[in-house]
Formats: sequence, structure tokens, C-alpha cells
Amino acid sequence: MIELSDFLILGAILFSLGMAGIFLNRKNAIVLLMSIELILLAVNFNFIAFSTFMGDLAGQVFVFFILTVAAAESAIGLAILVTLFRSRESINVADLDTMKG
Amino acid sequence: MTTDTFETPNLMLALPEIWMLGMACLVLVVDLFSSDRDHTPAYWLSQVALLGGIVITVQTQWGVDATTFTGNYIADSAAAVLKVAVLLLTFLAFAYSRDYLRDRGMLQGEFYLLTLFAALGMMVTISAHSLLVLYLGVELMSLSLYALVAMRRDSPAASEAAMKYFVLGALASGMLLYGMSMLYGATGSLEISAIADAAADDAGLLLVFGLIFTVVGVAFKFGAVPFHMWVPDVYQGAPTAVTLFIATASKVAAVGLFIRLIGEALGPLQGDWQHMVLLLAVASLLVGNTVALVQTNFKRMLAYSTFNHIGFIFLGFLAGTPEGYGAAMFYAVTYAFTVAAAFGVVMLLSRQGFEAENLDDFKGLNERSPLFALVMLILMVSLTGIPGTVGFYAKWLVLKSTVEAGFIWLAVLAVIGAVIGAFYYLRIVRLCYFDKPEGDGPQPVGSGGFKGLLAANGLAVLLLGLFPGTLVAICMAAFG
Repeated sequence: MIELSDFLILGAILFSLGMAGIFLNRKNAIVLLMSIELILLAVNFNFIAFSTFMGDLAGQVFVFFILTVAAAESAIGLAILVTLFRSRESINVADLDTMKG
Repeated sequence: MTTDTFETPNLMLALPEIWMLGMACLVLVVDLFSSDRDHTPAYWLSQVALLGGIVITVQTQWGVDATTFTGNYIADSAAAVLKVAVLLLTFLAFAYSRDYLRDRGMLQGEFYLLTLFAALGMMVTISAHSLLVLYLGVELMSLSLYALVAMRRDSPAASEAAMKYFVLGALASGMLLYGMSMLYGATGSLEISAIADAAADDAGLLLVFGLIFTVVGVAFKFGAVPFHMWVPDVYQGAPTAVTLFIATASKVAAVGLFIRLIGEALGPLQGDWQHMVLLLAVASLLVGNTVALVQTNFKRMLAYSTFNHIGFIFLGFLAGTPEGYGAAMFYAVTYAFTVAAAFGVVMLLSRQGFEAENLDDFKGLNERSPLFALVMLILMVSLTGIPGTVGFYAKWLVLKSTVEAGFIWLAVLAVIGAVIGAFYYLRIVRLCYFDKPEGDGPQPVGSGGFKGLLAANGLAVLLLGLFPGTLVAICMAAFG
């Protein structure tokens, strides 16, 4: 029998992977988008696990909303990425440093 | 949440949001079929929508305290005050930015549409009474703002700012959601009052864990130090019209987010979050001022000085009392209107192909335009918090609640911060009145309506400083 804590640990691992992906990645901006997706999926895992073990449906309904919003979020993220690439021919994260002070 | 019978929600309570949604869709369609190059119909329709929204909000929500949509939505006086502020700030943002956008080829229907949807998201956030609605409101606001920052497609700085805003904003949403999932697991409910009840009964480890993530998420959305990395770049890189909107309306919405999520849902855990808010406030007060001193870009300087003001707003939250929340709300609202006028002056001095965003561009403003030099004087003195201005009353109310909560040393620290702030705010006044510009300096350009409204905004800040009583009473009554 898989316990609730197992699901939570999996969620925490996915969440940490996403966080690490955002902060350690210095190369490709698309990896940032993937890391953000990973974080949201970790949250979904938590919600589904809690919802199942408590027998309350609201958590699973929440997951549907998160999935929908995540799709919209990726669309906007990719759109920004396209404008970024058009204006500077690079999606290297290390190049995003023109504003300082 | 499972009910056998379907109860028709009381739609009248949510009328402000329904109105704004309907009008935003109408603006979309009207703009699609209008051939006007300046998008005049969209502009006027948006302004009518915002003014109508203010009237409806006051009519349906002031003095009410009721929930609808099976407890997912709340209408109360605090929501009414914050929503009226958001709508009014959006109104000002539209009125100030019209000439600016036209000069830069950005006067498109999308600007009005995205801003209206962002305002709708803020209203939903302010009136949310469950974690789900809160999340949807925050995301509607954030997604619209990311797109707005990126609107100037040919500007590398704007794209870069949008990318940073997007990644860190999405990260903040992720944190917020992770915290929400913990809150849900610990309390078994998404509804704010149910969470508050469960938290009062038993504050377990899971709940405190969730609390940490939610506070971090909210601090990110506020732009409080140490979660502030995106603020200066977004302020500088975004078109000034969008910066104005982000710097003002979204701060007011963030106050609503804090009050709903941490003040109401996690109110019983005040002992736990007080220390976190304290740390955020101290860091914001210290970092903002010291870095703002060395800025040469006006928009960037305002971004760093924002941290100082966020620190003050957090001081209001710290006490966790109705007076503290009222003081924080008064601070946020008056600060937003003052900063809106400051960005208005930047747009007034900008013209095609030129952004008056460096401090040097304000040199000798008094000789070119005594009226707007005076407006700038009023704004800067108010942001400093010199007695007799509205900024002073806001700071005084917040510090009063801080001292009553027993944090005298913190009040002293905040006052020292305000004195440091005086240096860079009053430097602008010196530039406007006593320095000579190199060459001619930027002339104020703009339509009569824009200039009139901007002068009225400056006058309103002055009058609020002389007669702050009514607004203070309204903010205090909102939490009474």
C-alpha cells in the first residue's frame, strides 16, 4: 500500500527539481519553461494525493484549473520567448543582463 | 463542498466583476469592428466601463458582508475600497498613456483589453474567498501583465523584462500553489473561513509548512526584499504606461491578496507569520533605500524606493489588527495615487523616440513648466513623508499600529529609512527647481485633458494631505 507521505515526497522531489532547474540553468530559456511546468505538476500531485486520501473532490477540481492555467501560461511564456529571440537572436539565459544598477 | 441541491448563487453580489467581464468582451468586439486608427471607441468604452465599475462596486459591496457562489466569493467593505482604488488607477493609467502609446505605435486595442482583464483579475483576487478563486484571480492578473510588459515587441529591453517577469512570476505562482496544496491537505478545505477555523483548532506542522510557502509566494507578488529581483528590471524595461499600471494597481491588489490569504485564512497562525513578515519588512526598508540612492534612471529609482514603501505596508500587516490592516490599505492606496502621478509626469515629458526617464531630464523643469514642477514637488514631498502631506499621515498610521504591537525599535528603523529616502526624493525637487538643463531639456507635451487630469491628480495628493480624515475613516471602517 502506497502511503500519503510517499506521494508527498514524490511531489517534493519534483518541486525541488523544478526549483533547481530555474536557479541552476544558465543556458536555455526553454528549460525555464519546462521547470515551471514541473513545479505545477508537483503541486498537482500534492492536490490529488490529499484529495484521494481525504475523500474530498475539491482538490481534484483544483487540479483541472491548474492544468488549464498552466497551458495558458506556457503559451504566453513561449510568445515572450519568440519576441526575445526576434530582438536579440538568442535565448541564452546568461544574455539576459542588459539592465543593471 | 458536495451538496445535493444546486443553489443559484446571488449574482448581484458579484456584479462588479460580471460588469467588467461583459464590458471587456464588448471592448474586444467593438475594437475588432472599428476602423478608427486611434482606437477611440475602445478607449472611451473602457473608461465608461471603469467608471461604471466604480459606481457598481460602491452600490453593491460597500457596507455589505456576504459570501456567494457557495462561499467562494466574498463582498465586503474592504473589497469595495480596494476595488474602487484599482478601477480608478486603471482609469488614470488609460488617460495618461494615450499620447505616449500613440507616439510609439503601441496604441492598439490589445492594450485596453489586457489591462481591463488584468484589472478584472485584481478584482477577483480582492474578492476571493477560496484558494481556487484566489489562484485564478492572481493568474488572470499576472498573465495579462506579462503580455503587457512584452507589448513593445521591437524593444530588446522590454522582451528581457517580460521574460524575467514571466519566469519569476510563474515561480511565485508555483510557490503559492505549493503552499495552498499544503493548506488544503492540513485543513481539508479550500474555503478561507473553513481554513481559518481548522487552523484555529490545530496548527500542525503541515499547516506551518504551507504557511511558509504562501508567505514567500505573496512576497514575490509584492516584490518585497529578498524576493525583489524582478522589480527594477520590469519597471525600467516595460513601457512607462505599463510600468504605471504595475507599480500602482497591482500593489493594491497584492494588499488584497495578503489580507485574504494570510490575514483571514491564516489569521490564527499570526504568531508564526509575524516573524516572517517582520523579516521581509526590515529587509525591504534597508535594501530599497540604500540602492535607490545611486540610481540615475528615474523609473529604476522609483522601483528601488518601492521596496521602502512595501516595507511600510508590511509594518501595517505585522500588527494583524483591523487598525493595522486599515493603515496598510490607506498607505497602499495613497502611495499608488502618488506614484501614478509621478509616472504621468515621466510620460508627459517623453515624446516620440525619447524617454524622459533619466534624472537629468528633470533639470530645470520649473522654467519649462512651473505647474508640473509644482506637481512634482508635491509628489516627492509626499513620498518623503514630510508632515502635512498624505505620505506623512500614511506613515504615521502604520507606525502607530507598529508601536501598539510592541515593535518600537522597528518604528525607529522605519523612520531612519524615511529620512534616507528624503535624500533621493528631494534631489528630484532640487533638479526641478535649481539646476540648469544641458541644452533645452524635454518639453511637456500632451493633450489638454491629460495635462488637466495630471494636475488634478497632483492637487488631489495635496488635498488628501490637508484633509486626510475622510479616506482614513473609510479605510478604518472597511475593517471595522
